[in-house]
Amino acid sequence: MKIHEYQARELLADAGIPVPSARVITSAGEAAQTYKHVATDAGLDPSNGLVVVKAQVHAGGRGKAGFVKLVRSAKEAEEAARFMLSNRMVSNQTGPEGIEVGKLLFAAGVDIAKEYYLAITTDRATGRNILIASAEGGVEIEVVAERNPAAILKVPIHPVGGLEPYQARDVAYRLGFEGKQVNQAVKIMLALAELYAAKDCALAEINPLIVTTPSDGHPNGQVLAIDAKFNFDDNGLFRHKDLQALFDPAEENPAEITAQKFGLSYIALDGNIGCLVNGAGLAMSTMDIIKHHGGEPANFLDVGGSATEEAVTEAFRIILSDAAVKGILVNIVGGIMDCEVIAKGIVNAARSYKNPDGSTGFKVPLVVRLEGNNVEAGRELLKSAASDLPTLQAAEDLTDGAEKVCSAVV
Amino acid sequence: MAILIDANTKVLCQGITGSFGALHTRGCLHYGTKMAGGVTPGKGGQKDDNGLPIFDTVRQAVEATGASATMIFVPPAFASDAILEAAEAGIKLVCCITEGVPVQDMVRARALLDEMNAGRAASERTVLVGPNCPGVITPGPKTGDDTAASPYTNAGCKIGIMPGYIHTHVSEASTGKAVGIVSRSGTLTYEAVWQTSQRGLGQSTCVGIGGDPVRGLDHLETIKLFEADPETAGILMIGEIGGTDEEEAAAYIKANVKKPVAAFIAGKTAPPGKRMGHAGAIIAGGQGGADSKIAALEAAGVEVAQSPADMGEAMARAMGLVASGVGS
Repeated sequence: MKIHEYQARELLADAGIPVPSARVITSAGEAAQTYKHVATDAGLDPSNGLVVVKAQVHAGGRGKAGFVKLVRSAKEAEEAARFMLSNRMVSNQTGPEGIEVGKLLFAAGVDIAKEYYLAITTDRATGRNILIASAEGGVEIEVVAERNPAAILKVPIHPVGGLEPYQARDVAYRLGFEGKQVNQAVKIMLALAELYAAKDCALAEINPLIVTTPSDGHPNGQVLAIDAKFNFDDNGLFRHKDLQALFDPAEENPAEITAQKFGLSYIALDGNIGCLVNGAGLAMSTMDIIKHHGGEPANFLDVGGSATEEAVTEAFRIILSDAAVKGILVNIVGGIMDCEVIAKGIVNAARSYKNPDGSTGFKVPLVVRLEGNNVEAGRELLKSAASDLPTLQAAEDLTDGAEKVCSAVV
Repeated sequence: MAILIDANTKVLCQGITGSFGALHTRGCLHYGTKMAGGVTPGKGGQKDDNGLPIFDTVRQAVEATGASATMIFVPPAFASDAILEAAEAGIKLVCCITEGVPVQDMVRARALLDEMNAGRAASERTVLVGPNCPGVITPGPKTGDDTAASPYTNAGCKIGIMPGYIHTHVSEASTGKAVGIVSRSGTLTYEAVWQTSQRGLGQSTCVGIGGDPVRGLDHLETIKLFEADPETAGILMIGEIGGTDEEEAAAYIKANVKKPVAAFIAGKTAPPGKRMGHAGAIIAGGQGGADSKIAALEAAGVEVAQSPADMGEAMARAMGLVASGVGS
């Protein structure tokens, strides 16, 4: 699960990691007043202090899309807010239709002397959490990794003991922090590592972590978190009611949310061949074999190992809710899963499926490959329901199924 | 011979009184597995529907039955604790079937398990398989009907949720050869088992290592076991996107493995940044894509199946049972 930047800032602030003062608005009418509040809170001039207005969406590419703006007056703030809340944001991560923006973050501008990168993630190869840090902040870490891998420090965190202060201190000095900055950076690293484990994170990233230019109150500059990104391990969410509350359904594909409710794992893709499969690995492979035979999968859909008739019926509804779908491939290798249950689900789905024109049943070609547990009963049931399934073609095996569905949609 | 388990392995079920634990305990019994009992804290002293004894702790179960393997079906929140309890009690093979275990729980459990194993002689160490896996099976020749009265085999062992009857013992394979299968996926493994059986190949042992990012046994360690097993004539590895497990296995195969190896990587068409059902099946930060895995395997001389329908045939090609390069 991902969360918004403003939510991430609150998590950081609660963990004692300093962030510039900020507020969130949902309408352009609040912009002028909020600009003044944020500037005043940060000790800036409320008539020309620098405030950053940022659209709160999960997708990246906000800056290039014009959805991060620097404003120096209440009027500029209002203009920026009006633009962002009334236009859809289109970036390289949103698709051409773009996404609606409902919330804006107003953050006090700071004078940046230097930017760093800081993150914690779980390293699959060692099975441990690691701290990743770089003095090349403000850009994506993948870019740094490609350009200058030596600039990235990786420090393993002990699974029981946690990040030790000496490890954080070593990183701080190697990154080039000086004087009082060192202890500030160390505190931030220790807090982030603790937060990561306590909240079942999959990624906790501060980018950039910055040092402000020296000022009267902070002759050494101040270490602050400017932007943050969190991903949480879905498996751990059950024990974090506070994080569950941060879930934003507006950021997700509605079909994917419906699927979850029925215990289905569904991911929408760009093609036109819907797939219904049992098992994640087999579902991925089914997409692969469709592509191998010249087709384009419209989705990933795993009905799981113990799907019910209802879940199968719902799966069809979800697949067909995608108007691009021109054919469906059902691929079931029944191990524990009973093929007859799947067959019943297919028949029920066809009988209860209402087309937009009011007619019942599937109009798109349906190719079904059943194998394994109780397969004879399943095949028999499908044959006997032929009148309800006029577009049905039975497939001998995986290759046959892929070939049939690909030629049916061309 | 086979790896990890054989017909004499005595097996426990942790979470035997739950619905899945009970269902699959029965499934294993019907296959012919020597189920020794189960563990559910608070229900010690009772018996399950099959008449198997239930214990409060794994330690009690091991002392009373001499079990050396366990399958775990407890809910995700308790799975890592169940793994450690079994390891501490001296269980040699822990198959954690439970899906949805928090990754941070596994980070901690793996470190503690490694610490326990470090203080033990090699023969006393605990091997963890999973979590989020179908388990391990060493097939036996069919001798019965897959029922309580007449188990499927008297010389095999199934620990987990895979359908036993699709597997083929080497004595029933027309080629007279058996292969070892290691996989991160459940149903895709059944597909591979089915294809190899169709192709006249038996299976020595099939190991489902699971779809989670932090887990026990990986491809490389399983391949090492297969390489050393005299009954295993070839190795079929089924990987998927996410992580670098397959790349590491490829490097090991290139340097150390003499047996023929075939492989398939699921997820060639998966989009980056999306978790494809399995928690570990995600292309993140430009890492974990199918192409780099396939390239590494091909460079190691592994016969890579071009489609999931080609797994059995790729194994046969690698073993020289058909002319190389001829697809199905």
